[in-house]
Parts: sequence; structure tokens; C-alpha cells
Amino acid sequence: MDNLNDSTASPASEPRKQKKKKVLLMGKSGSGKSSMRSIIFSNYVAKDTRRLGATIDVDLSSVKFLGNLTLNLWDCGGQDAFMENYLSQQRQHVFSNVGVLIYVFDIESRDFDRDLLTYRSIIAALGQFSPTSSVYILVHKMDLVVPNQREDIYNDRVALIRSKSDAFAPIPFATSIWDQSLYKAWAEIIHDLVPNLDQIEKHLGELGEMIEAEEVLLFERSSFLVVSSWCSAIGAMNPTSDRFERFSNIIKNFKQTTSRYTGTPKSAEQFSLLEMKLPNFSLFIVKFTTNTYLSVCLPPGEERFNSAMENCYIARNKFEDLDAPAKKSADRGATSGATEA
Amino acid sequence: MPLLETGRRRTKLDHSYNGPARQGPVRHISPVQLTLERIHEQNRANVQKVDPAKAPAPAPGAAARGKPRLLLMGQRRSGKSSISSVVFHKMPPNETLFLESTARIQKDSMHSFMDFQVWDFPGQVDWADPSFDLDAIFGEIGALIWVIDAQDEYLEAINRLNSTILNLQPTYPNINIEVFIHKVDGLSDDYKLDIQRDVTQRIQDELSDHGVENAPINFHLTSIYNHSIFEAFSKVIQKLIPHLPYLEALLNNCCQKSGFEKAYLFDVLSKIYIATDSSPVDMPSYEICSDYIDVIVDISEIYGWNRPDDYIERLEGPPYNKKLEDQVACKDAESCIVLTDGRRPILLREVNKYLALVAVVKEGAYSKMPDIIENVNATVGGLLQIFEITRRRQRA
Repeated sequence: MDNLNDSTASPASEPRKQKKKKVLLMGKSGSGKSSMRSIIFSNYVAKDTRRLGATIDVDLSSVKFLGNLTLNLWDCGGQDAFMENYLSQQRQHVFSNVGVLIYVFDIESRDFDRDLLTYRSIIAALGQFSPTSSVYILVHKMDLVVPNQREDIYNDRVALIRSKSDAFAPIPFATSIWDQSLYKAWAEIIHDLVPNLDQIEKHLGELGEMIEAEEVLLFERSSFLVVSSWCSAIGAMNPTSDRFERFSNIIKNFKQTTSRYTGTPKSAEQFSLLEMKLPNFSLFIVKFTTNTYLSVCLPPGEERFNSAMENCYIARNKFEDLDAPAKKSADRGATSGATEA
Repeated sequence: MPLLETGRRRTKLDHSYNGPARQGPVRHISPVQLTLERIHEQNRANVQKVDPAKAPAPAPGAAARGKPRLLLMGQRRSGKSSISSVVFHKMPPNETLFLESTARIQKDSMHSFMDFQVWDFPGQVDWADPSFDLDAIFGEIGALIWVIDAQDEYLEAINRLNSTILNLQPTYPNINIEVFIHKVDGLSDDYKLDIQRDVTQRIQDELSDHGVENAPINFHLTSIYNHSIFEAFSKVIQKLIPHLPYLEALLNNCCQKSGFEKAYLFDVLSKIYIATDSSPVDMPSYEICSDYIDVIVDISEIYGWNRPDDYIERLEGPPYNKKLEDQVACKDAESCIVLTDGRRPILLREVNKYLALVAVVKEGAYSKMPDIIENVNATVGGLLQIFEITRRRQRA
């Protein structure tokens, strides 16, 4: 607990209360903004998103993430009329105080030039009111492109988008709701938003070292995105490079099944412990703090497994701090309840 | 190497497979391999036509003598090939839309806990044609699966089924006939039952008119978009297992002693259960057990890579000073998940290369886990013995 505190600035030292920074989700109508939001934060499965209608104006939502760390998410309807509205009457209202802009491009779009034009005007507005915000580009619906052309088309688009981004340095992702690429993108975005992350990472590393783990992952409870990770020198040799997002995907899909089985809502926590002992590795996922799960991958061995599990339970108290991330310096769209109070 | 250790999508050919996982519970096995086998089988058939003596050996994995055989029959476009692709080749259900219609008999053979073959028949084949060697087809048959499209006019299908049964009945009275009333997803429960009643009625009336009473016919409502097709296949295949009563007795015992709500013996690859305890099968527990296998297989695919030797050596060194095999309590894969709701554990234990025992344990039994694991160990030992005995007998 103590060492988590010492390097972070106290909120009281800030001269005046900062307004909650927002996360803007924008893009052309029908590009899949609301779909991805529902999958990541509302436990939808990909095929459920067919039910979603068009977003009218702005859909404001405060997504609880890691306890009292809330994301102030603005899902902006993408029809031209709304877009014009954002850019004219509501310009200041929408674009001021933005922490993160997530702009979604539809790869199937017939009129990419026009998309770029809209993007440019959004970027201009953003540069005017929130020049310090970070920009993420999601090139979405990648599943609709023939696999061997994906990389070329993607690189092509990204180069074009980059050239139109003024002073911003957008971070691009290729995504699709039908595979784990969506989790990769959002995990990185969230990763950027969570305060005192380096602290968490350091402590995870110490824990992992102590219990001889190969890999330690920290998941957020409801979205099952990887918040933080640590791996040993051996763990780093794992040939599966997309394992985090695959892991999220596997567990999230299984949560659908367990929720059907137990009849509890999908957002409720579904399991408290998963242990696997295989001849070439063992792994356990435990309910860690109120809002997180911890997954630990170990070499095989009964003694090692049991002591690791005990140690994780002991370490749990030290990590309770995760649930009250009140002390943090950088505020980028993620604000804790404590700062607000 | 067992599936549970390395994940199923890595085939022998590509150890380095690192592609994206697919959505949904059902997964894909290399279509290339499937096509190759098909082409081999086609070539073989062509050569056979010209000169039967010169025909090359069946493709590895294709039809062979002495294995129980499942025949998939029914009208064209009723979904026979889709069924066999989804159940035996892990094709995602929505990709079956693109299957070509079957032009000749497709023979697939499953290498699993028991070897059996699946013959997929083209819908337009006519049995009355004397050029068909009925004995070659129906001689070693395990079960005849007749697929009826519930969303289509099925009168014609029923007529053909009836005439097939009447043709076969005199010569092969012991064939199990399994009617799959297929494509019932999207139909309301009432409507499904209405159709089932109607189909059953029509077939039985027709047969009794011709003096055939009590033909061994079973009906199943199926769809490839949920677990019902796996359940139906489970029931079909269970009839082909000679030692089923013993397996069931073992499972019953284990359930009683360890307080399991339900236990299944799964074939890991196809996720068909080959035995279960005698309490009634409920869909939800089957679903969760079958999806749990998926979770284990998928996670082992992520972490089941081969560690370097010097690392293993270091693990076997101090302070343990034991071989890794001796550091683990159980040589086979075991896993357990505790659901928050009612603290209900679900337990999985690898039995052999193909099979896994999955059980839903009573609420709050996690504290008794060590005892339960001992019981499961004993049960698995028993199961293995049964398989060993039957194998020896088959060889003799």
C-alpha cells in the first residue's frame, strides 16, 4: 500500500477541480461504433449487435472501469446531419475537454475520400479545443476484406489517414467485432487511460518473480480486458503473440455460457476461480480485487501451484489499492470518483 | 499428443500455427486436408471403376472394414453435409452455407475413442437401382440417420424414408434408424413438437399398414446452430458402444459418491458425449460442459508451447530436485472452475487421448475437492480398464 502511494501526486495539490475529460467515439454512420461499445462494455456477443439501431445525436455513457475509475464515453451518432451539428453549433460543447478521440473508419466504405474529409474537419475542431488529446484510429470491419489483401488495404488507408491528421499522431488498429482484434485495440486504449499503471505493473512483476510465474495478467472484471501484464524471460518466448486478446475473447465467450447456465446477468461476475493443471503448464485465474481478476501461468508442479495461489491471496490486500485509484497524476478522460468529490 | 495439452487447431503439419481464434464454440480444421482426402477418395473411385484390382488403398482416415458405420441420408438440401462438417470437421455453422451439394458418397472416418465411419450420401441416390450393392452399404451399418428438413415440405422425404425402411426391413431388421428433424432453430417450441408428432405419426402409420411394427426408429429435433445436433449424435453413437452399461454404471457410482449433479464422458474432438450418468440429460449442463472443454483447449493453445530444455532442467533442479512428471500430482490434464453462483464447481479430467470426464458438482463442494479428485481418479482408472478389456477382446 505504502509504496504505491509515494510517487504519485496528491489530488489536493491541484489548484482547481478539473472537469471530467471525455472519450469521444466518432465515425461515419453505420461504421460500427455502438456495436463495439456494446461488445466491450455491455457484454454483447457479436451477433447480438444486429439488434442495435442507429445512434441518435450523442449517446452519453459513464462506463465504470476498475471501480470508481469511470470513462466518460460519448458515442456520437454518425449521420451527416449530426456531424454538421457537432462541427457547428455544438462545436465547443463536443470538442472541448476531450481526453481521447476514437475515430472509426469503415473499411467497406465506398466513398473513402469523403470519410477523410469529415475526419479532417473533426481533427481541425479537436485541434482547436483539445490540442493535447490522443487520437486512435480503428479501421473497422476488417473481416469483410479478403484475408490476403487485408494488410495492403489497411496500410494504404492508414498512410492516407496519417497524412490528414495535422499535429496529432493517431495510433491505428485494424479491428473486427468477429475476432479478438477488437479487444487488442480497446485494451491498448484503456491501458493508456488507467492511471498509476507503471506502479501496478511493477508490483505485478514483483509478485510474478516471487511465485516463479511465467506470466501474470490482470483483467478488468466485467470487460475482461487485460489491464496490466507481466511476463518472465521464459514467458516472453511464448510464440502466441496475440494471447492477451485471445484470452479475453475466450473468457468473455465462456461467460455467456455460464450466464445462460446460472441464469445470472451477463454483467455479474460468473466465476471465482479457474484452475488448470496440464502436463506442460498450470494456470489459475482468481477473483483478485473487487474489480479485477488475476491470471497466473506457471510451470507444472503441485507444490508450486499451491504456494503461488496462497501467495496471490496474500498479495490481494496490497493490490486493493487498484480499486481506489484516486491518487494519480495524468488525467486523460479517466477520472476517479475521489477527484470529483 | 493429447488435444488438451496443445490445443486442437495445431495440426501435425503446422506446429507454429498462430492464427486468430474463431468466434463461437465450434472451430475449423484445415479445409485443405478435407479436400485432399476427398480428392484422393474420388481418384480412388475412378481407378476402381476401370480396374478394381489396381485401386489404391483408401486414404488414411477413409473407409475401412470392421468399423461401425453411420449413414447420413435424406432429401437433397436437407443438411446432411452440413451436419457432418459441423460435427466431425468443426466447421463454423455459418460457413456451411457455402458447401457444395454432394455428388457422390462421402466417406469420412473418425479416429477417436472408437473408430467409426460417417458416410454422407447424395440426396438424389435411388435405392431401387439394382446397380447398388445394398450389402456393401448396409452390411456393417451401425445406424441409419435420416435427415428431414423441418422448414420445408417433408411429405416426400417421409415417403422415401418409409420405402427405404420397408426395403431394408426384411434383410436388415436390426438397423437403428434415427430420424433427425433438422433445421428446427427459429421454430417455436410448440411448432417443433407438432412437427415431431406429425412425422412420427405418418411414419408409424405407413409402416404398420405394411405389417412392420416396432421398427427401431428414434426421433431427434436438431439444428447445427446450437448444441442439439451434438446431443442427437451422442445418443446415436451411444447405441454403438457395446460396453455402455458398464461406463454408465461407473459414472453413476462416481456421481453418487462424490455428489455430482451430472457427469459426462466427452470425446474431446467432436464434443459428443459417449456416456453419462443415469440422471436426465439437461441441455444447459451439456452446453456448459462442452463449452468448458473449449475453454481448456483454447487456453492450452495459448500456453501449451514447448518450453526450452534448459528451463525445464532449471525447474527440475533445487529446491524440488524432482523430474517435472513427479512434481505434478496427476499426469493427465485436470481443471476446475468455481462458479460464483452457488459456489458450484465444474470439474474436468482427461481420461485418455480422446476422452475427458466433465462433471458439474453440487453447490459448495469445493472444500471437499481432494476427496472428489480421489474418486475421479478411481473412476478414470475403471474407465481405462473397461477400454483395455474391450480392446483386447476385439483383437482376439
